Amino acid sequence: MTNSAQLAHHPSRNQLLENLGRWAFVLPVLLINLVVVVIPSVVGLGAAFTDWTGYGTPNFIGLENFQRLLSDGVFFKALQNNLLWTALFLTAPIAVGLLGAYLLSSIKTGQMIFRIAYFIPYVIASVVNTQIWRQLLHPRVGIGAWLADYGITFLDFPIFGTRSTALYAVAFVDAWHFWGFLVVIYLAAMSAVDTELYEVARLDGATRLQQFRFVTLPSIRPTLVFSILMIIIWSSTTFDYVYMLTSGGPANSSELMSTYLYINAFNRFDAGYAASIGMMMSIWVGLAVSGFVYLRRRGWEI
Amino acid sequence: MFGQRRTPSMLPAYLILILLMVFSLGPIAVLMINSVKSTAEIGLNPLGLPETVVWENYANAWEEGGFATTMRNSVILTAGTIAGTLVLAGLAAYALARLKLKGAGIITFYFLVGTSVPAQLFIIPLFFIWRELGLVNSHLGLIIIYCGLFSPFATYLLRSYMVALPEEFIEAARIDGASNWHVFQHIILPLSWPGFLTAGLVVGLGVWNEFLFAITFLPGAEYKPIATSLFAFQDRFGRDWGLTNAGSVIMMLPVVILFLLLQRRFIEGLTQGGLKA
Repeated sequence: MTNSAQLAHHPSRNQLLENLGRWAFVLPVLLINLVVVVIPSVVGLGAAFTDWTGYGTPNFIGLENFQRLLSDGVFFKALQNNLLWTALFLTAPIAVGLLGAYLLSSIKTGQMIFRIAYFIPYVIASVVNTQIWRQLLHPRVGIGAWLADYGITFLDFPIFGTRSTALYAVAFVDAWHFWGFLVVIYLAAMSAVDTELYEVARLDGATRLQQFRFVTLPSIRPTLVFSILMIIIWSSTTFDYVYMLTSGGPANSSELMSTYLYINAFNRFDAGYAASIGMMMSIWVGLAVSGFVYLRRRGWEI
Repeated sequence: MFGQRRTPSMLPAYLILILLMVFSLGPIAVLMINSVKSTAEIGLNPLGLPETVVWENYANAWEEGGFATTMRNSVILTAGTIAGTLVLAGLAAYALARLKLKGAGIITFYFLVGTSVPAQLFIIPLFFIWRELGLVNSHLGLIIIYCGLFSPFATYLLRSYMVALPEEFIEAARIDGASNWHVFQHIILPLSWPGFLTAGLVVGLGVWNEFLFAITFLPGAEYKPIATSLFAFQDRFGRDWGLTNAGSVIMMLPVVILFLLLQRRFIEGLTQGGLKA
């Protein structure tokens, strides 16, 4: 090797060292994330193919857990409930969120007060929000009891304890705490819409509804799509409200994948089986994230 | 009168907005009102103002719910996680925003995957790993987990602040021969405090309210933070609405007050990061 080649080598080694020095700033975050999320996730994917109980050594059992899933009525009920949950959240909260944001964007006085008021339930803990609604929807002490005093009895029953209503009631409580978040992100997107577009629409004689349909909605499309993807992701992993209000009952009628996984992992010592449910949830999330990445690649700013 | 342009009245809009406000705040108001009623009165008068105000509910809830302990546990978890996350995320955000990092695209991809993995996938192995390490029923153990969960979000929030900092300050320091570390400590940190405040608030809120990891990793009663101990409390005194309402208000009040004081930062942080609800 000649001298000049050695010399030429030096700057690149320095650059390498310098790049390493820069990476040192990022390393701690990557390490802690590796330990807490990545390694356990990989273990979880592996555990789905074992009979692991959470104790002792797991045995590889191939696809047995997945065969079990296919014939497990409770899992299918849970999956179905997660799909229903997603459908509910993609409609009512988005509709109310759009309504609130559109009305807010058209007023001048008090916009901030309303925005704060709608957002407050979103910052309150699930354990407090469930206390509020467990009481309000209680047949003896809630709205139902109060209405019953006036002879209106349609809410006068244990709504969380009835198979046909439990899931809807829980979803309602979760949505009550969530819709204000949508108002705020939609309002932010609407405030960025060029006001001239509305002027033009008005001159063309567009009604407020038409302005909403043909100016507002197309303009906030990236935010709308972002919220849809977020709801799809969150709906697959949602846990707190069901766990607290019904624990998946009565008779699994409000079971979700997350609550069913939790019971299997920590109450039934069936960690391998629970991991296979976790894998199903990951596939769901993976599809939604792929959609997200795909739209970004196509130039969407979401 | 003639020629006056007809503008649609704003009255219907305000009416709907006020109805939505009642929908959003009414239930919280009921919780607070019912926290100073006796349970017997809640049964007779579920939604109205109390006839006799029972402040004792608060003292009883504080005592029965062991709030002195759980409040302390929550403060330890919250403060520990905020400190840890801000240090970790501050360093990483600086490198991502200000240093020409070769291969930074990998980190973005890594965080995208890392933050979208469902908690339920990794919580099972994580629990058994933590049990082997003796980190179950340990505040430090849960703080480490929270730091791992919240730091990607905080990194990106802080990065967006640091990217926006004026270049001249940093250039000037570099010409004087300052190291990366020096620039970070003396220029970046003092200038990006609003970002740290926002990130700290959002992370603190996340920890204070967090349930799934708290109930899994701190099963022992004396370690429980306020969220999971309140859940157990509600269960134990299920019929005593006045008492459990007061306990719930104790947990909620610090958050609501802080939110009202710093709502702009909370809303900015929570809507930017898309933090899990």
